[in-house]
Amino acid sequence: MALALMEGNEAIARGAVAAGCRFFAGYPITPATTILNHMLAMLPPLGGICMQGEDEIASIGFCLGASMAGMKAMTATSGPGISLCSEQISFAIGSEIPIVIVDIQRLGPSTGSATRGADGDVQFLQWGNSGGLPVIVLAPADVKDCYTLTRHAFNLAEQHRCPVFVASNKEIAMTRASVDLELLPAPAVIDRAAPPPGQPFLPFQTGGSEDVPAFLPIGGRTLVRQTSSTHGSDGYITTDPAQIARMLARMQAKVNAAADRLALCEHSPADGADTLIITYGVTARAAAAAVRELHRSGKQASLLVLKTLWPVPATAIRRAVGDIRRILVVEMNLGQYVREIERLLPGKTVSFYGQMDGRLIAPETITEAVIHG
Amino acid sequence: MDSLLNAARPPVFCPGCSHERITQTLDKAFQSMQLSGEHIAMVSDIGCSGLFDTFFHTHALHGLHGRALTYAAGIKLARPELTVVVTMGDGGQGIGGAHLLAACRRNLDLTLLVLNNFNFGMTGGQYSATTPPDAEVGSGFLNRLERPLDICGVARAAGAPYVVRCSAYRSDVADVIRKAIEFKGFSLVDIWGICPGRFSKRNRLTPKAIDDALARLAPADGTVPENQRREFGDHYREMAAAQKPAPPPQAFAARFTPVSSDRQEVIMLGSAGQRIITAGEILCLAGLHAGLNVTQKNDYDITVLRGPSISEMILSPQEIDYTGIDRPSVVVALGPEGVARRKKVFGSLDETCTIIQATGVDVPPGRGRIHRVDLKGQGLKGTDWALASLGVLSKLGEVIGPEMLEAALAARLRGDALAGALEIVRRVEPGEWV
Repeated sequence: MALALMEGNEAIARGAVAAGCRFFAGYPITPATTILNHMLAMLPPLGGICMQGEDEIASIGFCLGASMAGMKAMTATSGPGISLCSEQISFAIGSEIPIVIVDIQRLGPSTGSATRGADGDVQFLQWGNSGGLPVIVLAPADVKDCYTLTRHAFNLAEQHRCPVFVASNKEIAMTRASVDLELLPAPAVIDRAAPPPGQPFLPFQTGGSEDVPAFLPIGGRTLVRQTSSTHGSDGYITTDPAQIARMLARMQAKVNAAADRLALCEHSPADGADTLIITYGVTARAAAAAVRELHRSGKQASLLVLKTLWPVPATAIRRAVGDIRRILVVEMNLGQYVREIERLLPGKTVSFYGQMDGRLIAPETITEAVIHG
Repeated sequence: MDSLLNAARPPVFCPGCSHERITQTLDKAFQSMQLSGEHIAMVSDIGCSGLFDTFFHTHALHGLHGRALTYAAGIKLARPELTVVVTMGDGGQGIGGAHLLAACRRNLDLTLLVLNNFNFGMTGGQYSATTPPDAEVGSGFLNRLERPLDICGVARAAGAPYVVRCSAYRSDVADVIRKAIEFKGFSLVDIWGICPGRFSKRNRLTPKAIDDALARLAPADGTVPENQRREFGDHYREMAAAQKPAPPPQAFAARFTPVSSDRQEVIMLGSAGQRIITAGEILCLAGLHAGLNVTQKNDYDITVLRGPSISEMILSPQEIDYTGIDRPSVVVALGPEGVARRKKVFGSLDETCTIIQATGVDVPPGRGRIHRVDLKGQGLKGTDWALASLGVLSKLGEVIGPEMLEAALAARLRGDALAGALEIVRRVEPGEWV
C-alpha cells in the first residue's frame, strides 16, 4: 500500500484526464481555481487544450464548441460562476452537447463566502436552466469520489449527450487527504457513439429504441449542424408541434428513464434501526462517524449516502427506506434535497437537519438529531 | 467552385435587407477561395445575423446571443484546419462585448463579420450599441442618452490585427471578406447595412448616406500595423509542446512506525508568511511515511502576507471521515493572528492536549499542557518557525517522530531547501514544559 496526499480538486483533474478529457476552460474562482491550475499543468504536455476564458460564460462556450468538434471537455466553477453559465447550460441540455461541469460549492447566496463550504446549489444545478429538462448531478463525498465520479461523469455525458455536473464542496475540494491510488475505482472509458456508416446523417436522429442521437463532430467529412433553437432531427429550426413535442419528450426520457442505471448510492443498513439518515457530499462522512458513535452507545441508525443526486435515485431510496419509519435528511443548506425525499415518501416521517454557517456539520450534531429529532 | 448556398433554404430576409446581399457576397468569397462545405464552420448567434448558418452547406453552430465568438474559439482550437467564420449583429457586440475584446486580444484565427444595421431588427427595432443618438428607434428617447460604439476603434484598441469597416453596398465586399478570411489571425469586418424592416422605416438611410458616414470616419481597411503578432493557436501549440509532462502524484509506502495508535488532531495557528500551510503538508507527508491516513484543511484570509494562517491536520490509523477538529491533541501557537482567530478552541482543550507555544505569542487560558519554545531566541526567522515547530514535535515524540519528519522533508523539498530544512529541524532546541 502506498498513499498520496491529494485535494479533491486535483483528484477531479486527474479523473478528467484519465477519462479522456483533452479540453478544459475555466475562469479563476475560489474554491474551483486549483482545477484550472492542475489542468494547465496536465493538458498542454498531452497535446490537450487548457484555456482561461474572459469569464465563465466564455469558458463554458469554448467547451461547447470544442465538444461539438469532438473533444471531451470540462469546465469548473463555483456559485457566482455557475450562475453565469446558466444560459450555456440550457444550450448544452437542449442541443445535447456532452460536457462535464464541476461546481465547487461555496457558501452563498451570491458571492457569499469564497472559502467556506456549503451544498447550496443542488436544486440550482437541476433547475437553473430554461426549459426545465433533467440533468445528471453526481456528488462526491471525499477525494476518492472526486476521481471516480469525474470519470463516471465523462462516461455519462458521452452516453447521454447531456451536461453532467460534479457537485463538490470547498470542504472536499481544498482539503487534502491521503489516497491509495491503486484502490481508486477506474470505470472503463466510454466514448460518444458514431452513427452506423452508409446512411444519411441527421444530427438529432435517433433510430429504433435508441433515445440518444449518434454523434459526428463539426469539422469532419460529414456536415454537422448544431443549434440552440428548437429543432427537428435535421438540426434546423422547426415550428412543428408534433416534432417539437417528440424531441423534448425524448430528451426528458433519455435521462429520467435511465435513473435506476444512473443511481450511485452507498447504503449501510443497521439491524434494528428505526431511523435512516439520508445525506450526500462531505456531510456523508460526518454521518458515518455519527452512525458509529450511535452504535458504540447501543443505538442504531441506517445510512444512505447519495452519490447521484439527479435524476433522483427513487428506486434505491425507496429500497433503502423499506419499512423504516423515520427518515432524517442532513444537508449543508437550509433544506433543498429534503423536498425530493418528502415527495418520494408520503406517509413517512421525514425530518431535516440543515446547517448553513460556513462550518462542517459535526457528527455530534447528527447524533443529536437522530436521538432527539 | 460551386456555390455553398443551401438551395433548400433560401434567405428569408425582409425585402431590401442588406443581410441578403452579404449572404450572396459571402458565398462568392467562399467560391473564390475554393472552399468546400466541410472546410468551413459557420458560427452565428441571435438576431437576423443568426440566420446565416442555415443558408450555407457548411458545418454550422448557432448559439446564444453575443456568445458566438466563444463557440468559435472552442471549434478552432479543437480543429485548427477549419475556416471558422462568425456572423454577429451590432446587438451581439453589445451583449457579447467582453468576448469581442478577448477575441481581439487573443488573436485566434477567426473571422468575425459584424452585420451592423444599427438596431435590433428582430425584436422591434430597439437601439443597439451602434445606434446613432439622433436616430428614431423602438427604445423611445433612450438612444439619445448613449454614445454609439465604434466597433473598429474598439477592436483596434483591444489588439485586433485586422480590422475593416465597409458598406454592404461596396462592389468588392466579396474580396474584402476573402482577404479577412485569408488573414492568419483574428479579423473583423464591420459591414454597415440597411434594415428596411425596422431602421429605415423611421430613419432615412441609403447606401450613399452610409458611404458619406464612412467617409467621415478614420478608415479601417485591413492590417493594423501595431497589432501584428503571432496567431494564438499556433503559438499555443508551440508553447504547449514545450511544457514538461506533469508529474504523477507521489505515493509513499509506510516505512516507519507511527508514534501513536490514536487519531491525532493538530491545529497550527500562525500568521501569513510563516509557511504554516507548507508545514502542515509536511506533517501530513510524515504521517504517510508511517502508513497513516491524513487530512489537511487550511484557513487563511484572501489577502497574502497579512492576517491569520491556520492549518488543521488529522493523522490516524483509521479511515478519516469527519475532517473538523473540535478537541485537538496538539495546538501549535506561532502567531497572534491565528491564535486570535481560533481563541475559542483553547477553552475546549483537555489536560492531555499539548500546546506548543512560541515565546512571545500569548495564548488564552485553558487546560492544555504548555510547552514553550523560544524560536526567536534561537535565531530562527519567522518564515522558519512553522518548520521548526515540526522539529519540536518530532523531538517530543508528539504526533510524528524524527525519521518520519526527515522522510517527509526529503519528499517535499530538494537541494538547498532540503538541506536548510533538515538543519533547522535537527538543531531546534525543543524548549520546556511550563
